[in-house]
Amino acid sequence: MIQIEKLNKKFGDRTAVRELSLEVKNGEIFGLLGPNGAGKTTTIRMLTMLTCPTSGKITVNGCDLSCQDHQVRQIIGIVPQHFNLDADLTVWENLELHGRLHHIPRAQRRARIDELLKYVELADRAGERVQRLSGGMKRRLMIARALLHQPSVLFLDEPTVGLDPQVRRRLWDLIRRLAESNLTVVLTTHYIEEAEFLCHRVAFLEKGSLIALDTPAALCQNLGSFVVEWYEAEARQTRFFHTREEAAVFASSLTVTMTIRRSNLEDVFVEMTGRKVVD
Amino acid sequence: MLQDVITVFWRDWIVLHRRLKTFIISRMVTPVLYLVAFGWGVGRSVQVSQGNYLDYIVPGILALNSMNISFNSVASPLNMSRLYHKTLEEYLVAPIQPLSFILGKILAGSVRGLISSVIIIVLAYAFGASFQMSLLLWAIIALNCLVFASLGFVAAMVINSHEDMGNFSTYVLLPMSFLCATFFSVDKLPQAVRCLLELLPLTHASQALRAVSSGSAEAPYLSIAVLLAYIAAFLLISLWTMRRVRE
Repeated sequence: MIQIEKLNKKFGDRTAVRELSLEVKNGEIFGLLGPNGAGKTTTIRMLTMLTCPTSGKITVNGCDLSCQDHQVRQIIGIVPQHFNLDADLTVWENLELHGRLHHIPRAQRRARIDELLKYVELADRAGERVQRLSGGMKRRLMIARALLHQPSVLFLDEPTVGLDPQVRRRLWDLIRRLAESNLTVVLTTHYIEEAEFLCHRVAFLEKGSLIALDTPAALCQNLGSFVVEWYEAEARQTRFFHTREEAAVFASSLTVTMTIRRSNLEDVFVEMTGRKVVD
Repeated sequence: MLQDVITVFWRDWIVLHRRLKTFIISRMVTPVLYLVAFGWGVGRSVQVSQGNYLDYIVPGILALNSMNISFNSVASPLNMSRLYHKTLEEYLVAPIQPLSFILGKILAGSVRGLISSVIIIVLAYAFGASFQMSLLLWAIIALNCLVFASLGFVAAMVINSHEDMGNFSTYVLLPMSFLCATFFSVDKLPQAVRCLLELLPLTHASQALRAVSSGSAEAPYLSIAVLLAYIAAFLLISLWTMRRVRE
């Protein structure tokens, strides 16, 4: 669905994305992970043509992506990190504007707006000004807006940042349902459990470079499926093992309190990027 | 293309329509102040060649007001939309030509300028000014609106802070409001200053409006050409800013 080859982006002297090459398959949920400033948003912005790459090649659904390409714009939907809804307009008008900008014929547009408002459970708020919606509602409206023109790829940049846990889970269900309907989803996040729950495959970025790409399960397995975790010298220490037995043998040699558990994506992340995700 | 211009315009129109009453009332304040202060106050003791000073300044007020309204209707919201609300992205990711967006915004700003011009003409009649209305008069007002709406577009895309937008108004629009043949004729000024002012679009707008409203036989072709040239230049710069925004 998406091919990225040797993508680079420089802002002056600073390199935001370095020699990035990867492929996103049709119908998968693909996660871009990394600490703040790793180049996730810049990558999404290049994929959505909001920023032109310094060099490299992107193809979406076979179309070569240049910054003027209207064909590609028709097949991608975008939910940015910040709320970029038009606060002067109502919920319905925001969708109407988007539909008009994407040249959806009137009858079809109106039917689709009604359908999507129901889908994201905002039908009763259609006439309300956007500024009166809660964060979760705004995010759902942005997803409805991105889906309005029936894209085949949906880009979600930090879709659940700043939301209540129960709202996040509802959004996760929504995203999963979308992928089941054969939509390709590319999302960035720095909530590791979000990626673990949602993504078929994840790419780890650090300082603009790709450092790992695989399924969450495979990444955990490579590192070791079991982890022994203990505190020593006021810091968290970890060690990875491929079997529970190996882990137990090691644990019995420790004199302090420790835990043995299955490794998760966060362990992989910390191990690979060498620092804990704090925010 | 035209469909997209209409879409961009439609968005601004429904926002204006929702606040039309407030818009009209607030647009009356400045012209009333100008008419009272300069028309009634200062005007009693001023002699101008074309008779009454009130009649003299109405074209000037029309020019400066349509400038300010058209500029501000585009510049401030677009600047906020680009820098803070990020709503500009919605247009950047849509399959539309940059020119459609530019034209839609500029036309919407110009319509606001034209509405405020209608208000001034009604007020000017109420204050007892006399001047001749014609299609040409409206054409010149419309050109002036287009010049400054497109300048507003450029400023909004180039300037990177809300504070600097305010500074731009203070350093560029405010001096023009007072100096560009709006309240007095530039003929009396020193040669160098006059030459400089003759280059500015607002000088041509006020002179052209004054000539047309006082019933001058000859159409001010030079001034119209200057305004058209400014519109063309600002449109080209606008196109360039739309390309630069994706850097």
